[in-house]
Amino acid sequence: MALGACTRNPPAATADLSYQSTLIEQLIDAKPGQVIEIPAGRHVFDRSLTLRIDDVTLRGAGMDKTVLTFAGQKSGAEGLLVNASGFTLENLAIEDTKGDAVKINEGERITLRAVRIEWTGGPKTTNGAYGLYPVRTRKVLIEDCVVRGASDAGIYVGQSTDIIVRRNRVEYNVAGIEIENSRRADVYYNEVTRNTGGVLVFNMPNLPEAGAGTRIFNNRIYENNTANFAAKGTAVASVPAGSGVVINANDQVEIFDNTLRDNATAHIIISSYFSTGYMNSYSVAPGFDPYPEAIHVHSNRYMGGGDSPDGLDLKALKLAMMGVGGRLPPVLWDGYADPKKLVNGRLPPERALCIRDAGAVLNADGPGKYRNPTLDERSFRCELPPLAAVAWDPAG
Amino acid sequence: MKSWILRFLCIVTLLSLFGCHRAPSPQFHAQDNPELLSEWGILHVDGGTLRLAEGVQAYRLSTPLFSDYAQKLRTVWLPAGQSAQYSPSSAFELPVGTVISKTFFYRRDASQGGRVQEAPAPSAATLDLRAVRLIETRLLVRRQGGWVALPYVWNEAQTEARLTRAGATVELIRVKADGAEAPFPYLVPDSNQCAGCHAPNIKAGALQPIGLKARHLPVEQLEAWSTAGVLRGLPAVTALPRTVDWSDEPIELEVRARAYLDINCGHCHNRSGPADTSGLVLDASATTDVAMGVCKPPVAAGQGTGNRRFGIVPGRPDESILLYRMESTDPGAMMPELGRSLAHDEGNALVRRWISAMPGTCSVSAT
Repeated sequence: MALGACTRNPPAATADLSYQSTLIEQLIDAKPGQVIEIPAGRHVFDRSLTLRIDDVTLRGAGMDKTVLTFAGQKSGAEGLLVNASGFTLENLAIEDTKGDAVKINEGERITLRAVRIEWTGGPKTTNGAYGLYPVRTRKVLIEDCVVRGASDAGIYVGQSTDIIVRRNRVEYNVAGIEIENSRRADVYYNEVTRNTGGVLVFNMPNLPEAGAGTRIFNNRIYENNTANFAAKGTAVASVPAGSGVVINANDQVEIFDNTLRDNATAHIIISSYFSTGYMNSYSVAPGFDPYPEAIHVHSNRYMGGGDSPDGLDLKALKLAMMGVGGRLPPVLWDGYADPKKLVNGRLPPERALCIRDAGAVLNADGPGKYRNPTLDERSFRCELPPLAAVAWDPAG
Repeated sequence: MKSWILRFLCIVTLLSLFGCHRAPSPQFHAQDNPELLSEWGILHVDGGTLRLAEGVQAYRLSTPLFSDYAQKLRTVWLPAGQSAQYSPSSAFELPVGTVISKTFFYRRDASQGGRVQEAPAPSAATLDLRAVRLIETRLLVRRQGGWVALPYVWNEAQTEARLTRAGATVELIRVKADGAEAPFPYLVPDSNQCAGCHAPNIKAGALQPIGLKARHLPVEQLEAWSTAGVLRGLPAVTALPRTVDWSDEPIELEVRARAYLDINCGHCHNRSGPADTSGLVLDASATTDVAMGVCKPPVAAGQGTGNRRFGIVPGRPDESILLYRMESTDPGAMMPELGRSLAHDEGNALVRRWISAMPGTCSVSAT
């Protein structure tokens, strides 16, 4: 092309909007099965991109070679909005979108591979909320990606099923990886560091389906001590800095074989919706289960952490329970259990919180207004059957 | 090709001194997307006037979507002998060949240089081109495979509009009634972005008209169409769903606020729309409770919360995320996500009054 009669510069060489219309028209005219190659270079956009055709691949020349920058974005709530199935995005970077970087709303067989999402000014409340954001999707694979600077979650899978999140690097986000109201997710071999909270597994009220069945294993989750920079009012705004893994109101979560190091509040926090500060008589539609149940923590390696918890309440808790110079234990539980489900004061075995590798668990006694926190190992000595792997094989 | 032949015939006709000023008639393009708006024959520029072709009907909505203070001329054309089928809640079923147009325009400010003012609603089915600045005409075309959206942008001379599928940005300056000026980028959507509003069911993804629903159209309009035989199945007036004019002061505040939210938010915030992920329902079907945002914590608003905790806090508009997002002009926070660069001061004032007058509190409890 460059050898032809050059009437226009290749888009890579220019910092203007010349490539924007080219790509938008390619997205409009895309045919199922098509691969749209985005050349190496820095491409400038001032409006969001939208794809609505099934079975399209958007491919760059590498996450450090093909860069789509939205720093001057004037319109659109995302960088790229997709409403299609069979979508693959790979080998490129998206920077500085005003809102979410990549949102896939409704679709199945979604692959996000070797994509870099970054807000280049570092952690800021004004950064876009989500980096990679599939919602209402089925069969999602997110692998070998890098996400930095999201003011909510770097990788956020919401209201989806059969999810694999692996080998990604997520750092300097409020939440590194968040699995929310989703069923069957495997999160493994990720490098999760310098976020406010590393990996979150949440259930939010007022949505059609509750989530359950997340496995978090073989991840390195360390130094997630970045001060919380989320906008108030978001679910993640209640996450204390220094959290490795946070479970909120979600069920059937298995956390094993991870390395958790130097997360200054706690490596693992198991909490109910009551601890978010959003519970009120109107805000929760009937049928919502605010309690975490069937949580299985085993075979993890814990190093350091718990030495500088975030927030006055947790600092006071540490002082009261562990003394000056002490540290909170690896696993913290807010103490809420559904009174209707208790049998002899305990959750039945299939709903129990089983924590077998962390010594004593700190029960913060939320229901007792945090007056009588306890350290207890024995109550958590139980075992749950291993959760099945996500059955969907992305290679198949 | 067809248009080239037409133009050729025109020249031949001119040469034979018969003139070529006969108004064009609408032309349905079943497959191709003509480069020029004139090739559809829906609207035509006749000297200093924009006119509708024969058989093209102008219509208006009781409460329109806010689009950066642009005024809109809406038309619908059905192929001869065809008619629309009435529906009580969804868009009317329109026959293949239907062409809907919406022309966005402003009052031309005398000082020029991209300065525009809010124009009065079109009183006739023509526009005086000396008085208005045409920006764009969007077509929704009903083809065999479904609706297709095509944006056309007018040239400066206002003689022709050209297909601009990738969208466009027109830099304008809004001159307010008090003379104050506010520069803003007027954003013509790209064809895919049209679906951001016109695909009310996110699973189906199919495009639909928004305004051509029973509740949005004035009764006299519906009756006229029914009488003319272009609308089948119109029930008795008493059975018609109604949306009020949001600016019609004597009408109850809540009814007007709901009408405003319905047309401005309901295309996404309905129970099967793109915003069903949020659990927030703002179309006419919503009831005033948590689903409508009252004391509802956001699901995925991100920085769009504006540091506020609930969608609507009764009596407290400045603590309500809903109003924050309506007042914002930051693309990462504002609602609707598309279709405006400016805030709609008057619409926001209405929603503010509605929330202010709403009884109740959102007290947070630990158990």
